[in-house]
Amino acid sequence: MKTQNVIQVEGLTKMFGDFTAVNAITFEVKKGEIFGFLGANGAGKTTAMKMLIGISSPTSGLAKVAGFDVYKETESIKKNIGYMSQKFALYDDLTVKENITFFGGIYGLSKKQINQKRSELVEELGLVDVTNSLVSSLPLGWKQKLAFSVSLIHNPKIVFLDEPTGGVDPITRRQFWEMIYNAAHKGTTIFVTTHYMDEAEYCDRVSIMVNGKIEALDTPKKLKEQYKTDSMNDVFLKLARG
Amino acid sequence: MGITLDKISKSYGKIKALSNISFNVKPGELFGLIGPDGAGKTTLFRILTTLLIPDEGVATVAGYDLVKDYKNIRNNVGYMPGKFSLYQDLTIEENLHFFATIFGTTVEENYQIIKDIYVQIEPFKHRRAGKLSGGMKQKLALSCALIHKPKVLFLDEPTTGVDPVSRKEFWEMLKRLQQTGITILVSTPYMDEAALCDRIALIQHGKILEIDSPKMIVKHYPKPLYNVKAHNMYLLINSLNHYEHKHSVYPFGEFIHYTDSRKDFNPDDLKNYLEHENLFHVEIETTTPTIEDTFMELAK
Repeated sequence: MKTQNVIQVEGLTKMFGDFTAVNAITFEVKKGEIFGFLGANGAGKTTAMKMLIGISSPTSGLAKVAGFDVYKETESIKKNIGYMSQKFALYDDLTVKENITFFGGIYGLSKKQINQKRSELVEELGLVDVTNSLVSSLPLGWKQKLAFSVSLIHNPKIVFLDEPTGGVDPITRRQFWEMIYNAAHKGTTIFVTTHYMDEAEYCDRVSIMVNGKIEALDTPKKLKEQYKTDSMNDVFLKLARG
Repeated sequence: MGITLDKISKSYGKIKALSNISFNVKPGELFGLIGPDGAGKTTLFRILTTLLIPDEGVATVAGYDLVKDYKNIRNNVGYMPGKFSLYQDLTIEENLHFFATIFGTTVEENYQIIKDIYVQIEPFKHRRAGKLSGGMKQKLALSCALIHKPKVLFLDEPTTGVDPVSRKEFWEMLKRLQQTGITILVSTPYMDEAALCDRIALIQHGKILEIDSPKMIVKHYPKPLYNVKAHNMYLLINSLNHYEHKHSVYPFGEFIHYTDSRKDFNPDDLKNYLEHENLFHVEIETTTPTIEDTFMELAK
């Protein structure tokens, strides 16, 4: 099962006018893998990710996500993936309970399933006392942990995390990563972007995008060997500075 | 002409945003306020830039009292808020002229101060601020905060959400700026940036955990710290979390940073335990604590 590819990308390209935002990228991600998708601001990460989650049509190239085609089967992709970003994750003016119910409903869970998921989630995350509080009143770290759990509510094959831990305190950031490990251990594939280079080390494999192209892709250990340094931060600086 | 704070407190309703904050920033110092979202950093910046009045305590900025001399403070400080706050519909050049004019000066008069930063965005000076990339916005905001030649500069999370390359460049810029004699108070959630400050205050839940130079803060770490590694990170975390003698277990890059609750801790005991838990390739060695380790230990 470990060798099964859940994301398969070949020569994927996106042009805006005559500007090539994503330039023929090729890679695959295996089931249960934690895949780090790194790059400087403006390198093309967000554009690439938008194509993979089915909200932006590629200019050329091939990609399959959870077995579905990114040109023709975008609705099936959306049903089979989870997504969370720092900018948008939950509705601030809904309560914890309402957010879980809402997202459960969106993904087509039955009332019974939603109720069950809800009690599981608030119990696991220690949110029992704040179930009826507005999400806006929660500390950022709690919000992000809840958002991650909600992104897994429909047992997706893959979850896309766009800078999930920005600004979160160091202890909560680590608890968040323990949740990621846990999900990956259960077979969910994790596709994650981050600006924290220590988090790049937590990934099974890491790709680094520079000016629309994937310039490096390997395990953190091999990348550090290849660039003769002992930190992913240095690998990143060497590559992204050209 | 630095900053002094004496027992500053501020509450929003029932929420205590800052309690009893006291510290001094020396003239010409690059002082870092290090803490996560919600620690109270922005509230403190808003108080020191006279946008909020503290409930208790006194403070001076550039020698002026926070309440009595607020107008003088406004003329003598530069403030770059965390949220991009320039006029999106004005061009780079227009924004800069606007800020120079409201402070009663001109871009020409103080060009030398911003030159190092401004030349990088000058080729795009006719572009509207709303159409700039994150890195360019940051440089423009810094130029606008400096154009009236302030004595004290406040930077609220200038590098949040910025990639490591641009972060490094930004700090190199700050270091050069510091050479001109300006006092800088900067906040950041990135612990690795703390090492670049002269002194730092670690802050969480509105309280100062510790103030010192980055080197000394790390020296105060109370326990021997170990790097632990094994064939599987997930299983290793679980096993360490279940170990009865653990004091702290935090993933740290390719290792787990581990401290033990016993005074006479022998790493071989831990190794035996982990191997008994079916982990292999177990490696345990001592390591030097970082500022992040110290922060987590204090915040625990």
